[in-house]
Amino acid sequence: MAGAEVTDIAVVGGGPAGLSAALAARQTGAEVVVVDENSAPGGQLRKQIHKFFGSKEHHAGQRGFRIAEELAAACRDRGVELWTDALAYGIFDHTLGIVRRGTAFTLTARAIVLATGASENALAFPGWTLPGVMGAGAAQTFINLHRVLPGRRVLMVGAGNVGLIVSYQLLQAGAEVLGVVEAAPRIGGYAVHAAKIRRAGVPIWTRHTVLRADGRGQLEEVTIAALDENGRPIPGSERAFAVDMLCLAVGLTPLTELAWQAGCRFEYSALLGGHVPLHSEDMETTVPGLFVAGDVAGVEEASTALEEGRLAGLAAAAYAGHGSPALEKEKAAARERLLALRSGPFGSGRRHAYEEIVRGWLRWSGAR
Amino acid sequence: MERRPVAVIECPEEIPCNPCETACPHGAIRVGKPITRRPELDLAKCTGCGLCVAACPGLAIFLVKEEGDTAEVTFPYEFLSLPRVGDVVTAVNRDGEPLGAAPVVAVRQVRTSDGTWLITLAVPRSLADEVRGMRRLNR
Repeated sequence: MAGAEVTDIAVVGGGPAGLSAALAARQTGAEVVVVDENSAPGGQLRKQIHKFFGSKEHHAGQRGFRIAEELAAACRDRGVELWTDALAYGIFDHTLGIVRRGTAFTLTARAIVLATGASENALAFPGWTLPGVMGAGAAQTFINLHRVLPGRRVLMVGAGNVGLIVSYQLLQAGAEVLGVVEAAPRIGGYAVHAAKIRRAGVPIWTRHTVLRADGRGQLEEVTIAALDENGRPIPGSERAFAVDMLCLAVGLTPLTELAWQAGCRFEYSALLGGHVPLHSEDMETTVPGLFVAGDVAGVEEASTALEEGRLAGLAAAAYAGHGSPALEKEKAAARERLLALRSGPFGSGRRHAYEEIVRGWLRWSGAR
Repeated sequence: MERRPVAVIECPEEIPCNPCETACPHGAIRVGKPITRRPELDLAKCTGCGLCVAACPGLAIFLVKEEGDTAEVTFPYEFLSLPRVGDVVTAVNRDGEPLGAAPVVAVRQVRTSDGTWLITLAVPRSLADEVRGMRRLNR
């Protein structure tokens, strides 16, 4: 690799959205490079050992890490360049600044897809910096990627799908999960995920919160309490647990640094995880030729990331001069599938939030 | 109740998921469109093969066979170590509460397993709708 590389389509992030975007763009004949800071492609899929929801097109019923392997193999077969251990530290117009294995260089592309994903939220309480308190995703990385059990007695905070799934996987890894603490009055994740861990004897305490974590040099005890209707801890309801691990599964925030740097316009959406770049139905941001897909465009699921990636990859290829009537048809089909994924009681809120982002883009576009 | 196992689907929410429909070789499970519809089981077509049990990402499908005073309950299982046929394990309900000792009558995998085991316990018929798992083994 020299100082200045050039390609048709550059994709930042090799998770489900990025790999899907790369495959879609490559299929039009465009030259595609995927830049990923990890040592292997697949993003969060690599540590998802459970079977996925969705339909056949979204690899439903397959375990996440196998989907990662399949997507990466398809990329290699079809001539997508996968640059692992490559950190995209900046974006300057249509040029990415990259550091890979100690060497800095640039990559200039006709179109760029940002598929940078999201990062875990933290929760602050006395003792939250003690070793043994960590994000649920970090715990999942320990057990499923590195095969290390970072604690034996665990409390989980958050009964969304991440908290429920990681609790189950900690049980599979041999840990004892004492319970799941959830501030909301109801379980946020799917009932079937909750049922799995309840069957395994793990209680889920809704309307509860963590008061504090204690320990000398490392986590030894966590105190929780019940919450009243106003979300305040009820005096006398405190309970202490001897644990060596406290996992936080309290949501994700889109990783938007590159989009901010590129000058994208944003809108805040609590439901989508924070500030989200405005984008069109084609996933194009307010910066021409710059597209987004996956959690960076609003935190959703891997299945939606795959479809958004496909859409963004196709649109980016068209922007780079590889458009065709067949491509337009495929984009419409991807949009259709996204609509189906965003239906039902769990999806409709996200559909409205997503439509709000697209409306924001249209307002910007009309005012231009 | 018929003398063959049939699927019992415990999928209470409208979530975007249909591998049960795809896995069933007999067309006994229908999700249809949109994909968030809840699965419908055609009991007459179900052979109790268990392909849907292993395919369901929510681990929400079970097999129940009732005959005389006893029932056989099959559930998906993804923990080590595995029980062996003939072992007596602790059957548990949906809340993980113990319901008593139960012999393991089958431990198997099917085409859709990819690591998921199907464990079958023999239980009193009165517990057919209660038993949905077993206590994990520490060995």
